Amino acid sequence: MRFLFKTHYNQDIDHLKHGGDRFWYGLLLVLVAAAPAALGTFYLGELNLVMIYAIAGVGLMLLVGYTGQVSLGHAAFLAIGAYTHSLLLGAGLPFLLSIVAAVLVSALVGAGVGWIALRMTGIYLAIATLAFAMLTEQTISRAEWLTGGFRGLAVPQASLFGMPLTQGWQHYYVTLTLLVVTLLAALNILRSSTGRAMVAIRDSEISAESVGINLAVYKTLAFALSAGITGLAGALFAHRLGYLSPDAFTFLISLQLLLMVVVGGVGSMRGVIYGALFIGFLPQLLAIARDTLPPQIAQAPGLEPGIFGLILVLVILFEPQGIFGRWLKIKSYFQLFPLYRRATHRRQKTYLRTERLR
Amino acid sequence: MVNFAQGDLMMLGAFVAVTLIGDFGLPWVLGLLLSVLALAVFGYLLDAFVLRRVLGEPQFAIVMLTIGLGFIFRAVAGLVWGYDPQSFPTPYTGKSLRVGEVVVSYENFAILLGTLILCVVLFLFFRRTRLGIAMQATSQNQLAAYYVGIPVKRVFSLVWAISAGVAAVAGILLAPVSLVQPGMGFIGIKAFAAAVIGGFGSIPGALLGGWIIGIAEQFAGVYLPAGFQEMSAYGILILALILRPQGLFAQIQRKKV
Repeated sequence: MRFLFKTHYNQDIDHLKHGGDRFWYGLLLVLVAAAPAALGTFYLGELNLVMIYAIAGVGLMLLVGYTGQVSLGHAAFLAIGAYTHSLLLGAGLPFLLSIVAAVLVSALVGAGVGWIALRMTGIYLAIATLAFAMLTEQTISRAEWLTGGFRGLAVPQASLFGMPLTQGWQHYYVTLTLLVVTLLAALNILRSSTGRAMVAIRDSEISAESVGINLAVYKTLAFALSAGITGLAGALFAHRLGYLSPDAFTFLISLQLLLMVVVGGVGSMRGVIYGALFIGFLPQLLAIARDTLPPQIAQAPGLEPGIFGLILVLVILFEPQGIFGRWLKIKSYFQLFPLYRRATHRRQKTYLRTERLR
Repeated sequence: MVNFAQGDLMMLGAFVAVTLIGDFGLPWVLGLLLSVLALAVFGYLLDAFVLRRVLGEPQFAIVMLTIGLGFIFRAVAGLVWGYDPQSFPTPYTGKSLRVGEVVVSYENFAILLGTLILCVVLFLFFRRTRLGIAMQATSQNQLAAYYVGIPVKRVFSLVWAISAGVAAVAGILLAPVSLVQPGMGFIGIKAFAAAVIGGFGSIPGALLGGWIIGIAEQFAGVYLPAGFQEMSAYGILILALILRPQGLFAQIQRKKV
């Protein structure tokens, strides 16, 4: 076990706590940056998608994992980001400006939703966000003069610094840069007073309110941040899709995003990355598994959502802390080697319908 | 406890009824009773083996769990019964009732009558019987209910059995009007809207909420441009949540420290 000798207060809030962290994250960065040289077009594209998922996941994690507000409607923010970006690109705005605008528009809508959702908690919030996503989907499919409805909307070619983005590796580096920026921004927010306030709201609204945190402001802010980041992912997702139509942003996408957060581990940014890897590569795994299954089952059209549901159920039942939680348990098992006790990680259960103990 | 898989339980109920009545040729009433019973048993077992494990964990876990279950049910139903919509034979299909000038088809009349009977039965059950009151107590405070001697776990399972049975009834009533297919459970979201508008824990409220949504959808379909019909239920839901988040007939009072 490693004991850190702290000589400065800032060490408490360092992102990288010690040399081991610095080494491994540096190595990861080098590997990810070198990936286009080693990977083929297909896997590079998949990795790109994983990173887009990760950006959306960071947005959702800020809301679900750190502010404790459930959202079943994040596909709507993804859609808003994607459509805003494509429309503005089509209107001749430069790539970067159009992405910023997409983020701002989604954040604004998110703030609106957050403001409406202020009085709701728990399931009511989940239902309201679900209704919001349904409304958005319907609006997009009906507003044909703007979005093309079900005929779809072609995403224009983007160019960055006068260089057209056509190759896979160009998109890859754009996404990678934005992911790193997003992650750093999110982590910095989390160690600022804003982030601490959000975590306090997650742990108990009443105690947060009693230490002077303005619930309305911070909840709306959390929604806006989360929606803005998801909108950014949506803008990148638009390039990945190439052609936008409302059925690309269904409830299943919202569920996938939530599944990512839950499977990765609620309440950790590393969990987002694990979850994104999981969600991104699950379809490949399913495709491989299909070859071994009997054709009646393998060819069934509803198999994929079913598997998603099954994984969700299994994770909630057996590892509510997700992959990151399992990793923590394995790590502490080896760190404490003969002394590890299962009860260390037991979750507290509450049987009262009150939010005092939450 | 909240159930996002209710619509899918309804779908399962309808499929079981179709199988029993259409394929096995059971008499209609017997098939209906058997499928309600089957779903009730299924609900009981579902709670006993799956849902009981998350009792006492944050509501988020329960929401996610039931959503996941809904997806599983839909996939399983698709595997077993296929994705082609099936029609549901009833003794009253195609006939209609004439009351003065108004003509109502028996299918819709059955829905009306079935809903009314169901509501009265449930209302009386939750007001008058020991078990119903025990269920309300459990829903309000599990710990206190346990202290006064209510077998909380069994009561929870029974609640799930009842809710699955009611879902089966809803599925059987709906089946003749809309065809039976794995996606029919999506109406469950609207049922949620109804329950939220009326206020959770209030059966008359749910009835009124469903009524409001149904009327609004029809009016939106007639008087507003296309597309508003599908949107109206969600619009009303959001409006209701803004204006009166606790529902029209709220059972739960505002939480106090």
